[in-house]
Amino acid sequence: MTQAAFRAALTDAALPVPPGLTDGAGQPAGRRYAVYRNNVAVALSDALEQAFPVIRKLVGEAFFRAMAGVFVRAHPPHSPLMMFYGADFPGFLASFPPVTHLAYLPDVARLELALRHSYHAADATPIKPEALLALTPEALEATRLALAPSVQVLSSAFPILSIWRANTQGTPPPQAMTPESVLIARPALDPAPSALTDAEAGAIGALMSGVPLGQALDGVDAARVLGLLVSNNAITGFLQ
Amino acid sequence: MPDPHPLQHRLPARPGVGYKPQHLAGILSDPGPVAWLEIHAENYMGAGGRPHAQLRALSERFALSVHGVGLSIGGEGPLDAEHLARLKHLVGWLNPASFSEHLAWSTHDGAFLNDLLPLPYTDATVDRVAGHVDQVQTALGRQMLLENPSSYLAFTESTWSEPDFLAEIARRTGCGLLLDVNNVFISATNLGFTPQSYLDAFPLDLVGEIHLGGHEGDTDDLGAPLLIDSHGRAVADPVWALLDRVLAITGPLPCLVEWDNDIPEWPVLRAEAERAAAALGRLADRAAA
Repeated sequence: MTQAAFRAALTDAALPVPPGLTDGAGQPAGRRYAVYRNNVAVALSDALEQAFPVIRKLVGEAFFRAMAGVFVRAHPPHSPLMMFYGADFPGFLASFPPVTHLAYLPDVARLELALRHSYHAADATPIKPEALLALTPEALEATRLALAPSVQVLSSAFPILSIWRANTQGTPPPQAMTPESVLIARPALDPAPSALTDAEAGAIGALMSGVPLGQALDGVDAARVLGLLVSNNAITGFLQ
Repeated sequence: MPDPHPLQHRLPARPGVGYKPQHLAGILSDPGPVAWLEIHAENYMGAGGRPHAQLRALSERFALSVHGVGLSIGGEGPLDAEHLARLKHLVGWLNPASFSEHLAWSTHDGAFLNDLLPLPYTDATVDRVAGHVDQVQTALGRQMLLENPSSYLAFTESTWSEPDFLAEIARRTGCGLLLDVNNVFISATNLGFTPQSYLDAFPLDLVGEIHLGGHEGDTDDLGAPLLIDSHGRAVADPVWALLDRVLAITGPLPCLVEWDNDIPEWPVLRAEAERAAAALGRLADRAAA
């Protein structure tokens, strides 16, 4: 029997148990094959559940497991690195009919994905704050910053950080569906999200793509943005 | 044939446990008899952060065994070159005392199924698995250990017994074997042979490490016992008895307790390691007597 045949029936319960499998004494394998079906479904669903605890909390455990069953069949991992499984999950949430009315779910899932990527990102040594202060105003304006690999910025039409905090830290849920932007950085070993204005998110995005500091921070509170980056150990050097 | 990959690295012939991050503080403050830790390679293939920081701290105190769960050595397709490169990087960084993987497949046509899937034991499978083991050992520049699976079913096309199959892979590639005695007990129960007959046929001289883990009981369509390899509870008594039988023949070996689901508090897992230490201790007493 080919592995293609064994694999096809693993995630499609409508297919019969592949032939040529027995209980070791000549009887058909029957539910012995179902052990593998169950193992695959549970292992993939567990991985998804660990990756998206806030989504699970928002939709409830039972619904999440049922939805995960649909997702893992349609979007199996393409790598053995289960820590990054679920890149397709936000898109799935946007188009899965039972949850399309919860329009904030995809962006909350993107926030959970970004936190996970930040958690596993490469280590980098931050600059000392004095290094920024040592620059002349002209040099500061012209400098381009290297940011840590754990730094990410997200912008959403929904209050994703308020939703995330309400479901992880017990803060009050947001009262209105207002847009929110988020800086994710890793001050020590755990990623921490901070609230940004939309303009600040744009400014940090510009810094990440190498725009000189003066130009990138034009129109935002430069001291606040730099303070946020420094206090989160997010700046790792100057690019020349 | 000379061994192309001499055993430059060895785990201590003492108890080890599968490392879980929630046990970090307990392991560091109260390791009991635990002399080494097994980590699942794939969990440490991120670029850095807390998982790597934990490994750096642990590697100062404990010997490490890197245990792959995603290489799909039994896969019909070629090994994932990217994944092999990641493994080479990790093993190069940690220089662990051992690297091991499974006689199983988990990837097909680009999809990773996150489970250890079974193989028919045929001449074609011997060729393929031996080729893959060879490729891994060449890439890593070291000998690997190949682990016997837990089986729930058999393939009518199989022409090799599992012990003979593993012995042949080891003969062709110079790899060592990882003997999971819980898997022996599960497969024997599920497929209707005795664990002793399996051990009698197994090339015990090639075993570099023992695995122990817990299993659950179920039944098949005909009401026959069907044991599930859950790693979610304490090691069963008959599995400890098998450990004694193996060690009586092999002498002391590194003995690992795995507990991957329904993970208990540290003292519960440490007590399992103490039971493995007791088995190794009885062996030393007999040798001294």
